[in-house]
Amino acid sequence: MIAVMSTSDQLPYVVASYVVTLGAIGAYAWRMLARARKIAAKVPPKDRPWT
Amino acid sequence: MSTWRIARLIAAKDLRIEWRSRVVTNQVLPFAALVMVLFAFALDNDNVLTRVAPGLVWLATMFSMLVLVQRAFAVETADGALDALQVAGVRPGGIFLGKSLALAAQLAVLETVLLIAAVVLYQAELQASGAVLLVTTFAAATTGLAFVGTLYGGLAAGAKGRETLLPLLMLPVVAPVLIGATRATEAAFGTNGASSSEGWPWIGLLILFAVLFGAGGTLAFGSLIDE
Amino acid sequence: MTPTDTPTSDTSPIDPAAAVRRPTGTAFTRALGVASLVGIVWLVLFGLFLSPNDASQKAGVRILYIHVPSAWLAYLAFIVTGVSSAAYLFKRTRSLTWDRIAGASAEVGVLFMGVALITGSLWGRISWGIFWTWDSRLTTTAFLFVTYIGYLAVRGLGGSHQQRARRSAIIALLAVLEVPLVHFSVKWWRPLHQQESVAEGKLSGLMLFSLFVGIVSFTLLYVWLVLHRQRVLAMEDSLDDQGLDQALAERRAEGAQV
Repeated sequence: MIAVMSTSDQLPYVVASYVVTLGAIGAYAWRMLARARKIAAKVPPKDRPWT
Repeated sequence: MSTWRIARLIAAKDLRIEWRSRVVTNQVLPFAALVMVLFAFALDNDNVLTRVAPGLVWLATMFSMLVLVQRAFAVETADGALDALQVAGVRPGGIFLGKSLALAAQLAVLETVLLIAAVVLYQAELQASGAVLLVTTFAAATTGLAFVGTLYGGLAAGAKGRETLLPLLMLPVVAPVLIGATRATEAAFGTNGASSSEGWPWIGLLILFAVLFGAGGTLAFGSLIDE
Repeated sequence: MTPTDTPTSDTSPIDPAAAVRRPTGTAFTRALGVASLVGIVWLVLFGLFLSPNDASQKAGVRILYIHVPSAWLAYLAFIVTGVSSAAYLFKRTRSLTWDRIAGASAEVGVLFMGVALITGSLWGRISWGIFWTWDSRLTTTAFLFVTYIGYLAVRGLGGSHQQRARRSAIIALLAVLEVPLVHFSVKWWRPLHQQESVAEGKLSGLMLFSLFVGIVSFTLLYVWLVLHRQRVLAMEDSLDDQGLDQALAERRAEGAQV
């Protein structure tokens, strides 16, 4: 088994994992809400029972 | 008409179509043999080839099977034959079993050719002591593959982009068959000093797989192909 | 890496214009959104700055605060998809809402699982020196990922809503059949690797708290995402129906002219 890297070598991996995670979820949520805003005006209120 | 009789009629119809069109013998089998030759180019070492021969046989089976499944349902959807069968009140369970039976027969031919190719091209050695194991492996794996192929082929039939959808859906599902059948075949060949007794537990997995997907397919096929 | 790239939601009162500006939001989802956003800010604070390095894994342990929650959410999402699909197929609870929840949950699950696979391989690179190992848990996870990508492709096949719902529900249940088979076959094939759980059980104090913050905030985020996505899917279905109604009306008008 390969020895554990030093802390300073690990940091890029740690930062990358946080950026990927939050970036991917953020991008997904952003696209979803943008799509919702785009089509909402065309949908009659009866098909939006949650509002 | 009993489900079994429907299944036999449908299987006979499919095999008759395949026999007359000669697509399996003239295109699919040459394709499978070509894949085996290409593996040899890629791996380029006799020892490696002998060692991985069982896995390559099954890998080639699965790739060629994609073509077979596409064909099995292209025949049905071309003139809306599948819908016609359903309108005529033919039980979907029977259609499923029949198409699986026909697919299994074609797969058996394909696998035999691939096995011979492995012996001729890769110097894989068949052993008398592994013969029973080998036949059982091929029977169990072929049954499972035929069920899965029919189930997902029926789903993808008539859909836009089915050529690309089918491998995406089917290959992950048949992964256990690839693992199980390869290990059992290795045991039957005695690859890497494996003894044939090591193969039998994998047969259990293959049979379980075939039973689960056979039962699931018979129940669900009607809903999947229903328009 | 500021948390602003996650969705924000303020708390202005509802008026018709706002309903279109935030068409899938309600008071509940707004509260949920604020809570998960606060949770993620906490997660970044505790995960990256306030918690100490692990004795053996050093900084690598910080990846686990997002890796473990996203993997857990991915599995939960697929369980939700399976249960909702069963609820759709069961005649007494048949409703397209179940189908949309199944679809929304699968989509969010694929997102979380993709994230879990990426962060997991980054963690593996740090701790094992390799990105990937053919361990049964990892391999099953990868197959689950591909299977649900296939599930989403089946949802996009077209046809009526009912057809889509029935087809995808069956595929979801077949996936439930497939996953244990893959898991056990891989386990038999490669029984050796069991070192992946090194990290768990050794965390303590602030580290355990950071993991806890990660799990809670990701769970809230999951619920928020599924609720919104499910509503967007409902609106898309409604649009489809309108398109169909309009086409029918046009054909009828043509017929009347002749």
